[in-house]
Amino acid sequence: MTRLSTRMRGKLGDRLLHAYTWLIIAWLSSPIAVMILFGFNDKKSKSNTRWQGFTLRWYQELFGISDLTTALLNSIYIAVASTVVTVVIGTMLGLALGRHRFKGRGVTNFLVFAAISTPELVMGASLLSLFVSANLPRDAATITIAHVLFSLSFVTVTVRARVVTLDPSLEEAARDLGATPWGTFRQVTLPAIMPGVAAGAMLAFALSIDDYVVTSFVNGSTITFPLWIIGSVKTGIPPQVNVMGTLIFGIGVLIAIANAVAARRRA
Amino acid sequence: MAELNAIELEGVVKEYVSHGEVVQAVKGVTLDIAEGEFFSLLGPSGCGKTTTMRMIAGFEEPSRGVVKLHGQDVTNVPPNKRDVNMVFQSYALFPHMNVWDNVAFGLKQRRTPQEEIKRRVGEILEIVDLTGREKRRPREMSGGQQQRVALARALVNRPSALLLDEPLGALDLKLRQAMQIELKRIQREVGITFVYVTHDQSEALTMSDRIAVMKDGLVEQLAGPREIYERPASSFVAGFIGTSNLLSGVANGGVLEVGGGRVLVPEREGDVTLTVRPEKITISAEKPDGEVSVVPGTVTEVVYLGTYTSYAVSLAGGTEVTVFQQNAHDARNIAERGDAVWLSWQAQHSYALGS
Repeated sequence: MTRLSTRMRGKLGDRLLHAYTWLIIAWLSSPIAVMILFGFNDKKSKSNTRWQGFTLRWYQELFGISDLTTALLNSIYIAVASTVVTVVIGTMLGLALGRHRFKGRGVTNFLVFAAISTPELVMGASLLSLFVSANLPRDAATITIAHVLFSLSFVTVTVRARVVTLDPSLEEAARDLGATPWGTFRQVTLPAIMPGVAAGAMLAFALSIDDYVVTSFVNGSTITFPLWIIGSVKTGIPPQVNVMGTLIFGIGVLIAIANAVAARRRA
Repeated sequence: MAELNAIELEGVVKEYVSHGEVVQAVKGVTLDIAEGEFFSLLGPSGCGKTTTMRMIAGFEEPSRGVVKLHGQDVTNVPPNKRDVNMVFQSYALFPHMNVWDNVAFGLKQRRTPQEEIKRRVGEILEIVDLTGREKRRPREMSGGQQQRVALARALVNRPSALLLDEPLGALDLKLRQAMQIELKRIQREVGITFVYVTHDQSEALTMSDRIAVMKDGLVEQLAGPREIYERPASSFVAGFIGTSNLLSGVANGGVLEVGGGRVLVPEREGDVTLTVRPEKITISAEKPDGEVSVVPGTVTEVVYLGTYTSYAVSLAGGTEVTVFQQNAHDARNIAERGDAVWLSWQAQHSYALGS
């Protein structure tokens, strides 16, 4: 009798926990759901806040607003460029910090940490004054430089974490078997730290494509996707933004799934 | 000596700077390793044996001295251009490659034709008994299998010498003993010079043609296993290789007085230190006759060890002597704790250490 009631109470507890968990998940994903849903909203007025029926119009007219398309393309170019630069420099930094003892290592480690903990507002303002005093015109190039600066530390940290788990004799073994220093890096070191490099690259891309604060300081007259959206808030965000957001989110989900599948296959 | 040595070290020194101080890891090692030899560098940790091997491989550059491979000076040649291969303590198998790609790695670097790679990798995997496991990843294999992959990966290149850095250290005792015999077989089969670094004296004794016993960056003794065991050059070697009894005193007329007994020391006068191996000594209740060393003592400890029994015997002067007696005939112990006994051994089994 008592045993039965304990079991019943256990079952009830389980159910409550389940319900609570799903509630949290729903709450966390509701903004995404709203974003996706309103990309299908057949809105008639200027604002896109009330559901007025289903349509695929915005998918057909995805590139109908040329300014928005330009802004999105700018964001993608900048994200790709800054990711490539960041991954190259960050991997080298991560390798150096994780593997070698050298003069200035402590300072470098500190700077990496400092760059992560600096508020974006401070970084944006100081970068702007740097570019102004260096007399650099603000455009896509300065945005890219700024994005490299704030994502560099994240790539460095993820690569470094991977490097310190690496057996140093792996590289010695490659050299011993006749590989040149470059051959060793390409065939042994890079594949071994690849998960760290890939994670760093995704992080850098994600940080770059949706950055608003730092970008808004150093953009000059160049408009990126987040800047355009903020600018359109007053007049009403067009549903194309929802569609683009949905597509970017979808690509992110696909990459995450592919990564999980690859990880499972490796294990 | 028309034939060139596989490896020659001439006055090799390795210095490090640590906390602003110069530390000598290797203080001047000179040795020749012959073609096809199984050569061991044996010593406690920190004796410089691994550093010596890493200088042969090319991972460390000597501060002074010359490293030669087949008579050619390679002191400043990088490891990828040296005709030696190494088996690492951690095996260092490439985790992202399967067994086949690991083993083929060296041949690919040398741009060996595909068919030859196929043939040679297949052959070597057969020698190390891993045929059929080509597609496995290193982490899916046992320690012993990984060990054999590491061996195959090095041997497939047919190096002029194979360097092994404590390769059996991570294996359990049974597997280690099996691999010792396996290694010796493989070495005979491929006929390649093996240089073996170990701190395990029994490993070195089992497999080596010659052993260099190292201590504090120097070679203490370089000789065959039997010579090193029977005629150690110093008390360090005597103590490091197996168990050894040290007896010191002043020899007079071919006799050393120790603890009320007479130890025969032909050809030595004055201060002398002798080593006697525990298995050379006989324990008896009665004083034995004949031309033997004879010392009385009291049994303080008896330890039964299966194939033999170990006795600790205390001499009158306080010296402890260890004696091993084979348990060949009788299940009973020859003596018990507290018994007064006589120890005796042939004159030739006292070996005087160099002063």
